[in-house]
This record gives sequence, C-alpha cells and structure tokens, in this order.
Amino acid sequence: MNAATEIAIETVGAGHRYGHQLWGLRGCTLSLPTGSITAVVGANGAGKTTLLNMLVGLLPASAGRLRVVGEEPSSKPAFLARIGFLAQDCPLYKEFSVADMLHFGRAMNPSWDDDMARARLASADVPLDRRAGKLSGGQRAQVALALAVAKRPQVLLLDEPLAALDPLARREFLKNLLDSAVASNITVMLSSHLLGDLARVCDHLIVISEGEVRLTGELDQLLAEHHWVSGAPEQTSRLPGGVEVLAEYRHERHNRLLVRIDQPLLNPALTMEPVDLEDLVLAYLERPGESSERAGTPWAAREASHL
Amino acid sequence: MLDFRIDTTSGQPPYAQLVAQVKQALRLGWLQPGDKLPTAHQVASSVAINPNTVQKAYKELEYEGLVVGKAGQGTFVQRSLSQSTPSSLAALSRRLERWLAAARAAGLDEDGIMDVIEATMRDFDRQASA
Repeated sequence: MNAATEIAIETVGAGHRYGHQLWGLRGCTLSLPTGSITAVVGANGAGKTTLLNMLVGLLPASAGRLRVVGEEPSSKPAFLARIGFLAQDCPLYKEFSVADMLHFGRAMNPSWDDDMARARLASADVPLDRRAGKLSGGQRAQVALALAVAKRPQVLLLDEPLAALDPLARREFLKNLLDSAVASNITVMLSSHLLGDLARVCDHLIVISEGEVRLTGELDQLLAEHHWVSGAPEQTSRLPGGVEVLAEYRHERHNRLLVRIDQPLLNPALTMEPVDLEDLVLAYLERPGESSERAGTPWAAREASHL
Repeated sequence: MLDFRIDTTSGQPPYAQLVAQVKQALRLGWLQPGDKLPTAHQVASSVAINPNTVQKAYKELEYEGLVVGKAGQGTFVQRSLSQSTPSSLAALSRRLERWLAAARAAGLDEDGIMDVIEATMRDFDRQASA
C-alpha cells in the first residue's frame, strides 16, 4: 500500500449518545491519512471532546463505526499501546516527581523509550526531581507530552493541549510535538481555539458544531476552494451555479460573500480574495446546521443512510 | 538556516508563503546553487511549522526547477534567481534609502510610499513597453 495514502483514522456515520436523547456527536464521517496533523475546532460543548474520547475508546459508538490504526477503539491493552492521549489540563499525579512518572511509564509500557523521554524533558528544561504539583503549566504540558510520546504511539490525540499555556510555552510545546510527530511518523489530532497556532502546525481540519462535523478535509485544499467575493449587489446576487454561499455581509453599495467554488469566477465586476483559517472556521460555525434544517428527521434513519 | 516565518492572517496558504520566502532568498543571493535547504523535520521542530507544508513548498520549488531533491541527502538549490551582484544590490538599496528618507520628510506614511512606488512602476513599465 502507498504510504502517502494510508489511512490512520477513519469514521463512518459515527455518533455517541449520552442517555436516550442527547447526541454528543452524530453522523461523523472522517478520513485522515497516516502522518497527518489534524486540527479539531468548534465552540465549547460542540462535540470535540466526545470525538477524541470515542477515538481513544473511552466512549463507545452508539452509531456508525470507527477505525483507528485499523482497529475498533476499545480498552484492550493491545489497542491502547498504539494510542497516545493527552486529556484536557494534562492530569498528572501531583505527589509524583517527574522521575517517578518515568519509572511508572517504563513499568507499564512494553515499548517505552526512556532515553527519548529523558531527552525531551531535558530539552524542555524540566527538572526530573520536581513534583508534578510544583511544575509550571508549560512544564506540565511538556511532561505529559514526553510521557505520551515515550510509549511510541502510532496516533496521538490531544484535547486542548494549548489552553493553559502562554505564547512562548505554546510555541515550545508545538515544536516538541512536531519534532516527535515527524521523527516517529505519528498521526496527530489536536483540539484548540488558537487558530493562528493551528494554521501553522496542522495540515487537516475538522470543524464541529452542535455535535456535527460541518467541514473536514486537507487544509490547503479547503483554503483554495473558498474565497471572499465582493461586488455590487446586482452582481453578487447573480452568481453562477455551483457556487455555494456560506456567509453574506451586506453593505450600502457592495456585498461581501464567503463562497465555496472550485474555479475562479470570470466576472471582472467581482473581486476575489483568499480566505484564512479564521474566516473559514467562523463561516462554518455561524452557519445553521443540517439538524436545524432537517428538524424532525429521526437520527437513526440519517445515520443508517451513511453506512 | 533559513528562518521561515508564517503569517497566518495573510490569506496566502502557508506552503505558498514558504515558496515565496525561498524565492526571495534566491533573488537576494542569501541562497546560492548547491546550498542545502533545511529538512522538513528541522523546520518543523525549530519553527513549529507543519512538515507537510514544508515538503509541499519544496515540491513546488522543485517543479519550477529552482531546487532538486536528492534521495537520502536532502533538498539543494539548483538555480539562483539573483538578478544582480550583492554589491550592486547594496548600492541600489542605499539609493532607495535616500529616496525613502525624502519621502518620509515629505510626510508620506508606509501606504503612501507603496502607492507612489506602485504607480511609478506601472507608468515606467507602460513607457518601456510603448
């Protein structure tokens, strides 16, 4: 199989329902190649953590199917050995020193790379005798990352790893993350609200809103397919077929539209400009979802149609 | 090592920004034929830029014949874009500095200066092609 097109994470119509009614995530269909670095963005409570927890086997699928490195996520040790996970706020045992945690990690993980963990901690200036409770936010994140990478996972999932970090600590964390990812060809998925950081480090994107994936794909391709189009109202109201309008801002003498098209508009009366990640994410988050358009459609029926 | 930078608000895709930065370095003579570009891994771990972005930029530069990737060795500059010698570039730069000082003294801000430069270049190109 061609390494460039090998899929590390794949979901088809996957969903998780909390109780009988509340879907944390539904109809989620994704395909992410091995070695990709994916940004998961969306409002708080949109379903980002539900997705990550399903992929690491912490939450079962109520619908659809998931495959991570070819396996169905579960709590089986053979699966968990291949997956690294940094939960929100990097939980560490407060009374443990960094050296204790390395010892623990080595004892628990057959494929543990102690030299790599120590080298990473040294390059991040983390003292091994320091207790977890006394580490700074940046150091805690670096320790959690070093521990997650030392078990040599094939996939590394990180839930809001940057939230508590200052800009300098964020940059250092991301350098370390990318270094590990490239060195061991790890497939990475991280959720964050920091779009500027995500635009630098990610090559794939997932936008989640109200429990649904609104947009997913390769970041450069998505950016290339979307444009700002501005012009006089009589021009912007007559766009050719195949142009999907995602957002529209009306002004006195001109309108500004964010559109999805695969080729340039050959109308000199319209100005086309590129979009950035923030434009793209906001347009999809502000858009009403399929669920509100199709109110009343039973979810079970929709999910079945994805399978 | 070339210090790549990414402006995430420019609207230009990151790989295109890297391509533009390598071309700029080739035009200014900072990179010469035979020079080795940093590996995607080096750029990723030192500047926190996605390694696939770096590879995509290098592929584009290779397609344009500016660099060549050698298996197991890295990516090397193949062709310079330098249009002049470093000393004449420096001389031109000093003359431009004098002009910029005069423009500032006349009260122009950065946008005003760019407007004059762009308008003058358009007129100049039109006269040259007439």
